[in-house]
Amino acid sequence: MAYTEEELKKELETKEYEYGFYTDIESETFPNGLNEEIVIAISKKKGEPEWMTLWRLEAFKYWKEMVEPEWANVHYEKPDFQAISYYSAPKKADPNKTLDDVDPELLEMYKKLGISVDEQKKLQNVAVDIVMDSVSVATTFKKTLAEKGIIFCSISEAIKEHPELVKKYIGSVVPQRDNFYAALNSAVFSDGSFCYIPKGVRCPMELSTYFRINQAGTGQFERTLVIADEDSYVSYLEGCTAPSRDENQLHAAVVELIALDGAEIKYSTVQNWFPGNKEGKGGVYNFVTKRALCEKNAKVSWTQVETGSAVTWKYPSCILKGDNSIGEFYSIAVTNNYQQADTGTKMVHIGKNTKSTIISKGISAGKSQNSYRGLVQVNSRAEGARNFSQCDSLLMGNECGAHTFPYIEAKNKSAMIEHEATTSKIGEDQIFYCNQRGIDTEKAIALIVNGFSKEVLNKLPMEFAVEAQKLLEISLEGSVG
Amino acid sequence: MLKIKDLHANVEDKEILKGINLEVKAGEVHAIMGPNGSGKSTLASVIAGNENFEVTKGSIELSGEDLEDVSPEERAHKGVFLSFQYPVEIPGVSVTNFMKTAINESRKAKGLEDMPAKDMLKLIREKSELLEIDRKFLSRSLNEGFSGGEKKRNEIFQMAMLEPKVAILDETDSGLDIDALRIVASGVNKLKSKDNAVILITHYQRLLEYIVPDYVHVLHNGKIVKSGGKELALELEEKGYDWLKQETAV
Ligand SMILES: Nc1ncnc2c1ncn2[C@@H]1O[C@H](COP(=O)(O)OP(=O)(O)OP(=O)(O)O)[C@@H](O)[C@H]1O
Ligand SMILES: [Mg+2]
Repeated sequence: MAYTEEELKKELETKEYEYGFYTDIESETFPNGLNEEIVIAISKKKGEPEWMTLWRLEAFKYWKEMVEPEWANVHYEKPDFQAISYYSAPKKADPNKTLDDVDPELLEMYKKLGISVDEQKKLQNVAVDIVMDSVSVATTFKKTLAEKGIIFCSISEAIKEHPELVKKYIGSVVPQRDNFYAALNSAVFSDGSFCYIPKGVRCPMELSTYFRINQAGTGQFERTLVIADEDSYVSYLEGCTAPSRDENQLHAAVVELIALDGAEIKYSTVQNWFPGNKEGKGGVYNFVTKRALCEKNAKVSWTQVETGSAVTWKYPSCILKGDNSIGEFYSIAVTNNYQQADTGTKMVHIGKNTKSTIISKGISAGKSQNSYRGLVQVNSRAEGARNFSQCDSLLMGNECGAHTFPYIEAKNKSAMIEHEATTSKIGEDQIFYCNQRGIDTEKAIALIVNGFSKEVLNKLPMEFAVEAQKLLEISLEGSVG
Repeated sequence: MLKIKDLHANVEDKEILKGINLEVKAGEVHAIMGPNGSGKSTLASVIAGNENFEVTKGSIELSGEDLEDVSPEERAHKGVFLSFQYPVEIPGVSVTNFMKTAINESRKAKGLEDMPAKDMLKLIREKSELLEIDRKFLSRSLNEGFSGGEKKRNEIFQMAMLEPKVAILDETDSGLDIDALRIVASGVNKLKSKDNAVILITHYQRLLEYIVPDYVHVLHNGKIVKSGGKELALELEEKGYDWLKQETAV
């Protein structure tokens, strides 16, 4: 393993949420509330063409008629949508800036997060498009990518520079009226990332974005659109951290992936929004719509490590439209203290001989509730469809809960669907065994949890796997005793 | 090296150990025998610091230091090793990773740097050869799906890696086939030195033919009721425990 014990030790010493600081950057923030004027103002502020403004307004119209979903196994105080400011941009941001011109305060903040841009530059193999308070502040490696015809930029830039692509694909996988939060996002999305890989091109590096909520009371509405053209390949990394706040913060992102014939997209997420303190106060509400469309022979893998948020509601999904297409979902969801997570996936088999794999690992500690909700749907024309699902839960202590809700809808008799589920507890005897070998209890738990999560951790790109392991340890700190 | 004085221990308010006295000096091998349920594994757990057992009286000293307030992991750092009668499984954690963590945690406790990967590999190679363990075995999840004998051999591999001062082997021989017993025993013999000590808990004389004890103790109903030389084991093999039980009942 690449991480050093020294690093791990340092991480373990940090008891409170280590990214719980707040960087004071002058922001230009809209007044609270949401109406048509605000939607238009956002669009105008970003210099968008008219079609985009109209698209947002259409979404807003749908949203007004929708109600928040109730069915998830989570309980929280509903956000007041009129008490949120829908636009905030770091004032000093300028798309033409080089990294050296970036606000030193920002750089300082990245350093605290352990993702200093300086370091990122040296990483060579990772292009970083940092979304900070809704506006991209720095983009690197654009040139290398451009040589291959790869487009990797903020969605705002794409709307202006590549309108034909955006127009064609935005909302094609997650329509504006798909659900309450998707409609909201479509109306007010502030920024996000856009990525296009041309036909037959293998993206030579991992594309990576770091998200971060910074302004108090600013909802975050990121929009990500990844298009892999025929026979292309891309691995995309998304990582999140957020500073601690007393009031709940709303995050409602939309991610759309389009894998055209023979293309492959790997989308990995390490999600670490502020989960709230030990009493369950504060923390981020994370309501995300992530969906991929797979054309013929295409493959999409979602891999995610979820350790954060007070409330998480998220189901990365694959529409297996093309024949022989493959969808994969690998997930680790950790909940501690008063966190609630309702996550899972949807695999919709439409094409013939489509295959899907679901590996879900839920770890619950404290008084948290961790639910897995998965839907495997096989349409009548999906001859030879196959699914394998495995949901494992690990419990720590007696006050937490793990719930599994597998839904299967098979309309084709040839479908083969397998589902396995296990629930285990970290045993005192396992801990004592580790203790006896000189491993203290905190470390023993980290070891056991990492072992439990291994199948999923192995799916992450190396540098992410290391970070994810650390996150697992941090998020379970103090969960025994 | 290990000095146990009038040790009493309870589990759930039931007294299991009822006054154990035992002194093990460096370089010695002690065997502890006794009927099922007499408290042998309990004694091993208490020495290792298992908090499920409450020490109500008496003391355990290691190299002159009272272990009362010493946590299980600290005892391990100080050189206490227990080869478990029933080793537990840790899914997804390879033997190698587990050993790496164990060794580096002990080093950390002593203020040492992590063992360089090169040295770690060398150590693993050396010790796996000593116990004739296939290296492929070491990448498997700890004890998961191991056969009974494989688990025991793996315990001794860990002992070899950690080089403890006092090693307690709780029925390591049970489950081992004849060849494996010979390999494990010769491994233990090679690890033995004048600076460390071994406590063998066993039901069978056979192990003691390979690892010859300096003393044999019989534990019955939470007490050591008889101690002697290696001949005592032979006598037990022949006569069973009844005569001792009767003797102590008087
Ligand atoms: N956690 C526990 N709860 C209740 N009773 C226990 C517990 N652990 C041990 N005991 C009891 O303590 C007694 C001694 O058990 P111990 O395992 O030490 O015996 P042993 O001498 O190792 O036996 P064996 O030869 O069968 O391994 C037994 O009666 C056992 O049932
Ligand atoms: Mg026993």
